[in-house]
Amino acid sequence: MSSLPSQTPAPRSSWTQAAYDLVADLGQVVLEQVAALGDLALFSGRTFSWMFTRLPLRETLAPNFYQIGVLSLPVVALTGMFIGMVLAVQSYAQFRLLNLETRLGAVINMSLVRELGPVLAATMLAGRVGSAMAAELGTMRVTEQIDALATMGTNPIHYLVVPRFLACILLIPTLTIMADFMGVVGGAVYSIGILGIDSHHYWINSQNYVGAYDFFTGVIKSVFFGAAIALISCYRGFHCDPGAEGVGRAATQAFVYSFVSILILDLFLGILLDSIYLMIWPVVPRLI
Amino acid sequence: MNPQDQTPQPEPEILLEVRRLGVRFGQQQVLREISFRVPRGQALAIIGESGCGKTVLLKSLVALVRPQQGEVLFHGQDMLRLSEKELTQQRLRFGFVFQNAALFDSLTVAQNVAFPLRHHRHLSAEEVRRIVKRRLQQVGLPESVMHKKPAQLSGGMRKRVGLARALAIQPEVILYDEPTTGLDPIMSDVINELIVRTQAREKVTSIIVTHDMRTVRKVADRVLMLYPLSRLKEGESQILFDGTPEELERAQDPRVRQFVRGEAGQRLQELDLPAA
Repeated sequence: MSSLPSQTPAPRSSWTQAAYDLVADLGQVVLEQVAALGDLALFSGRTFSWMFTRLPLRETLAPNFYQIGVLSLPVVALTGMFIGMVLAVQSYAQFRLLNLETRLGAVINMSLVRELGPVLAATMLAGRVGSAMAAELGTMRVTEQIDALATMGTNPIHYLVVPRFLACILLIPTLTIMADFMGVVGGAVYSIGILGIDSHHYWINSQNYVGAYDFFTGVIKSVFFGAAIALISCYRGFHCDPGAEGVGRAATQAFVYSFVSILILDLFLGILLDSIYLMIWPVVPRLI
Repeated sequence: MNPQDQTPQPEPEILLEVRRLGVRFGQQQVLREISFRVPRGQALAIIGESGCGKTVLLKSLVALVRPQQGEVLFHGQDMLRLSEKELTQQRLRFGFVFQNAALFDSLTVAQNVAFPLRHHRHLSAEEVRRIVKRRLQQVGLPESVMHKKPAQLSGGMRKRVGLARALAIQPEVILYDEPTTGLDPIMSDVINELIVRTQAREKVTSIIVTHDMRTVRKVADRVLMLYPLSRLKEGESQILFDGTPEELERAQDPRVRQFVRGEAGQRLQELDLPAA
């Protein structure tokens, strides 16, 4: 064998090498993530720019509105109803110990409209629509259909992403309201019908504690969730690796990243919207 | 000697010029210092073995791939420095026939061919239908396929629909990415014939990326041969050959001759295959 070139670095001891590799790998991962985040930001910027430059075509809007809004409605309604009932089941035992069963209405409905309604509707949307969008756009990328669009003078972001983005941000509030409504119904049916809580006090407590701002908080948050789902899923589809494996990975990652983003956004938007509430109405919230 | 022969021929108009193009994917350099000019009306074949960067070069011409270095001048304007909106407009002057046709699978054949017309030409539905019918006829497809989905067509039919779609808005340049790959010899010849006829009828400029020597012999006025960078020494030109198909047949460079004759040569030894 020929001798190694002279510029080969001096050999390291095994643990120094391991530490060196660890730092290098970590650095590589951080760099890749930062680059991907920057890329996603540029992709989002281009989506916004095209959204305001030219109206999307009706032929692209209608199928996306149908797919994202109408077809998601049953599954969102169903999960909303069950989560309302689950909340009743889970909270009842503790509240009964304190003889505060009638406050269940406040707890269930507050949790639903502020947190569970929007987060659940968004999660269902990410699972049902986000992965499908990533897989569809990913297949279009792999089979060069996105390139074909571009060569025919049609901007792929304007044609493919803008309608999906609009459908998500405009329809997720209605899905959230549906989840809220079905959750409230489910919670009430279980609490009043099965657990036998007095319906008058149940509703009076709900009315006293759940305000319009709580409802508004949930709906506003859902718009951000919808935007995150659409942008992340379309971005993953557009940057899909070749082959069936690439499309599969894009679909899975679209859901995972959307879900993580939903929870992170939920925290920060929760803090932000509460601060806004306290700025407008500076009162200390009562606990019970 | 006829005195008329001595009068200098007018320089053909240069439609497309590539200057010192360089493309890198991550650490891997695919194209290096590629420069050539394409006069209007020429049929240029770009040949080379798989992985030498032919398709990347073709896609760089319409900025589907973003090169790190160099320029692509079309009508004197650099395609790579245009804004997104300007680029969208300029791309309309190109027709791109993709390797696997890249038809929109949610649309019918007629909707695929009509797609660029409906988005960029203000035509009545009747007129669009008429053009679609004519374009499909020109590529030898019957009216009965108009309402079929791409998935219901054979590979050769899909390629022909792809060509009809690329022709729909009368582009100045048609880019073909491996037009005969994956087709039987008869259908390959049909496609080659269609390229020749399109060239003659539409007076377009064609750039054909291929590794099919029959396509080169039948269609091209000029041939560029690319070589994989990994097999070249530092400073060697990646364009191994630039000339007519006749000159290509007589080329002395063993690497060019090896490709033209389709001989594996020393590559077999490189593969280190087990003994038969």
